[in-house]
Amino acid sequence: MGAGADRTERIRGWSLAAPPFVFALSLLAIPICTIMLFSFWTQDFLTLDRNLTLANYAEIATDPLYRQLLVRSILIAAGVTLATVLLAYPVAYFVSFHVPQERKSLWLFLITIPFWTSYLIRVFLWKVILGFNGVLNSALLGLGVIDEPLGWVLYNPTAVVITLAHSFAPFAILPIYVVLERIDRSLLEAGRDLGETRVTTFLRVTLPLSVPGIVAAVLIVFIPTIGDYVTPRLVGGPDGLMIANMIQTQFLRLNNAPMGAALSVVAMASVGFVAAIFTLALSRWLRAPR
Amino acid sequence: MILRVYVLAYMVFLYAPIVLLPLFAFNDGTVIAFPLQGFTTRWFAELPQTPALVQSVRTSAIIAVSAALLSTILGICAARASARYDFSGKRAVLGFVMLPLVLPEIIIAVSLLVVVLALGLQLTAFTVILGHTLICMPFSIAILNGSFSALDRSLEEAAVDLGETRASSFRRVTLPLIAPGIVASLLIAFTISLDEFIIAFFLTGTNPTLPVYLWGQLRFPAKLPVVMALGTILVLSSVLLLCLAEWARRRGVARTGRMDGGFLG
Amino acid sequence: MKETAQRRPIVQMQGIDKRFDDDLILRGIDLEIGEGEFFSLLGPSGCGKTTLLRTIAGFETPSAGRLILDGRDMAGVPANHRPTNMVFQSYAIFPHLNVADNVGFGLRRDPRNAQDKARAVAEALEMVGLAGYGRRSATALSGGQRQRVALARALILKPRVLLLDEPMSALDKKLRETMQAELRRLQRQVGITFILVTHDQEEALIMSDRVAVMFDGRIAQMAPPRELYLRPASRQVAQFIGFMSFLPAQVSGAEVDVAGLGRAGVEPGQAPGGLHDGQADIGIRPEMLSLVEDAPRPGQRLSEGVVTEVEYYGDMSYYDIVLDGAAQPVVVSMKNLPGGVAAELGDRVKVSWDASSLMVFPPRS
Ligand SMILES: Nc1ncnc2c1ncn2[C@@H]1O[C@H](COP(=O)(O)OP(=O)(O)O)[C@@H](O)[C@H]1O
Ligand SMILES: [Mg+2]
Repeated sequence: MGAGADRTERIRGWSLAAPPFVFALSLLAIPICTIMLFSFWTQDFLTLDRNLTLANYAEIATDPLYRQLLVRSILIAAGVTLATVLLAYPVAYFVSFHVPQERKSLWLFLITIPFWTSYLIRVFLWKVILGFNGVLNSALLGLGVIDEPLGWVLYNPTAVVITLAHSFAPFAILPIYVVLERIDRSLLEAGRDLGETRVTTFLRVTLPLSVPGIVAAVLIVFIPTIGDYVTPRLVGGPDGLMIANMIQTQFLRLNNAPMGAALSVVAMASVGFVAAIFTLALSRWLRAPR
Repeated sequence: MILRVYVLAYMVFLYAPIVLLPLFAFNDGTVIAFPLQGFTTRWFAELPQTPALVQSVRTSAIIAVSAALLSTILGICAARASARYDFSGKRAVLGFVMLPLVLPEIIIAVSLLVVVLALGLQLTAFTVILGHTLICMPFSIAILNGSFSALDRSLEEAAVDLGETRASSFRRVTLPLIAPGIVASLLIAFTISLDEFIIAFFLTGTNPTLPVYLWGQLRFPAKLPVVMALGTILVLSSVLLLCLAEWARRRGVARTGRMDGGFLG
Repeated sequence: MKETAQRRPIVQMQGIDKRFDDDLILRGIDLEIGEGEFFSLLGPSGCGKTTLLRTIAGFETPSAGRLILDGRDMAGVPANHRPTNMVFQSYAIFPHLNVADNVGFGLRRDPRNAQDKARAVAEALEMVGLAGYGRRSATALSGGQRQRVALARALILKPRVLLLDEPMSALDKKLRETMQAELRRLQRQVGITFILVTHDQEEALIMSDRVAVMFDGRIAQMAPPRELYLRPASRQVAQFIGFMSFLPAQVSGAEVDVAGLGRAGVEPGQAPGGLHDGQADIGIRPEMLSLVEDAPRPGQRLSEGVVTEVEYYGDMSYYDIVLDGAAQPVVVSMKNLPGGVAAELGDRVKVSWDASSLMVFPPRS
């Protein structure tokens, strides 16, 4: 039975939902509106010029530094997303199809544990692992695979991609896993019964049916990644810095809040734009028949 | 078979940083690199002797406890509204409060900072608490949604039928049955807040939180072994809290007899 | 069994409507239930039985009309202050409490001391046949035991009215029959008014003093089981309870001319829609027709026809018979007694019947 359609029931529902809603409204919606307003102001050394102007946006559009940063952020985020989802899919598949039912939640728990442990320290340890005298290089040297340490694994976009792929692993695995779990196993048997091999059944049945999970995984990884600050700062080097680092610089170093606000708005807009394009492009597979 | 090997390699990838942490924490050398120099506990011994560190732990604990309580209370409201009531705009409202889950944290941090600046307020632990409550709330709601939707609605009606008021039936029936979910929500929110860096970085006042303090220390190579020791303790306590949370959640599931997803499910 | 008219009314409903959004789920419910009566609400799924029960309990507020319980108008009285208790369809056993704490749940405001309360719980458990189960975990009970706990938990509060929402629907057939008998015994023992919701017509007929048949939010008929079966108020009721065959007929005055049966005189009581000259449909129950080999008994009439279908049920057989002059068959049920009358497919048979067992309904439009 659905909850009551009574007037009193409706009022009770609303008054219960009101505290979290008002909280999110005043700490999320209003601040985001404020930031939009801020982005049309300008900073004049210590004073805030409250005349509405597009100056900040014009500067972002014309200054190659900002443009480069934005493009790089999107590219790195896209790379992270691609790597994370590609790496995660087989794991989700394994847990859904090869782990016995009673052990599944243990596996999911094991997968999420690293995600919950100190983010800063985890990222810093990647710096230790990937560094010139780091774990990876010493191991490879010790094994005789290489003769001198690899310099290209730290302080560049690759390092950012590796580190973020690690950070966002459960965000990619869980949505894919949830969708895979919902696939009716008899469909796969039907595929085999109709003469497909294990591989073609996967390609023709499982993969298309798991597209909604892939899309969810992509969005849930891509969106927060663009705004990551710690990873580019610690392992990215000068060529691995991203938009969040510039936002931070504007706000806390240059004391130019309006410019930081404009950059934030541009970052949000580009995230939204890329996400929308992506979802539209795959909408054919998202309208799954029920 | 290939899949099995791959998954094993992936798990190694996932756990590599966590496993390395204690190695360096007990390593008797000031450089964080191989080969290891020998066993020592002196980095751990240094921890309580750093007043700034102790202060930051205290700040973080206050913030994490407050954020956990606030986000759990708000989560109970939202989850109960979602499971028990029907009202216009329900989907929109409940979708909106989950939004912080997908927004880049820097945006949340910056927009809150702008509001605080615009209102001419001081940055204090309180501003961090508000920010952390915002990002913890979706997790609390997700966990508590599981608890509330596993609850048979007629249980509360039965209590009212047997003479309890709406309030006392909530206390005598609903609360004990969702208690494991509440515990899980408190623990998860506490863990998230304790660990959160960006929002704290932007909104913290004169007293930095533990992650913000750590961030400052990462610049000084000489401090790194101590950071490793601290990290080891942090990771251990996070894992402990998580195991507790998972245990609580499962107990709740066993009690109401229904299965549901994990923390993020 | 006391006559309804002599019982003091305990539940009175006058013109009760219930609206959910724009759907009218209960439409002008009028009923009166007497003290100590076993009353059933019978109807197909979705007809509003549960809503009616929940309105009495106080979980739904009527959109219109008056509800009086034990002489008090219930407008504005919340569920916890009503003299009713409920056995929920899911039983709603509290999973965090043991059996004794479940049964004693409602005694919290009772002024008695702990010892007396414990004794009351033990007595209630004994009454439902669960003596000694007090310390068991509520989650470890079987379906039948859960139902007993739910009953004890409600009855311990000595309500004026006990409301039961499809209490047997979760039980398998054998257990259901046992519990039906036990519930009936329990009701006689405690003397409390029981209102039972069910979609199982057999259950309603077996257990109740009176049954209200509901369709689509309305009460179609309210009567003791025998009357409900023998004198259904409408074709819909007749078809919902048991089986009935229909034959077209012409009415003139107090006489009907039925295809295949011929002319017969009828009483006004046999025509719930009234006797109007012209087209009508005649209804007759399978056991009111019988196959005979020789002349009918006095007062019985005889018709002839051909067997077009035989269904063998072990103790009974059902025959479809197309009577001479009729287009559609009637169903005849016969006990399969040793040496009794039986027939094969295609046989010509004689069918005896009695004019007083015919029901006259308005023609299907
Ligand atoms: N709280 C409610 N909100 C909206 N519709 C309801 C509600 N409760 C019941 N209904 C509707 O009322 C009708 C009757 O329901 P119910 O009383 O449960 O029927 P029954 O018990 O006879 O099967 C159904 O169509 C159902 O969908
Ligand atoms: Mg019902």
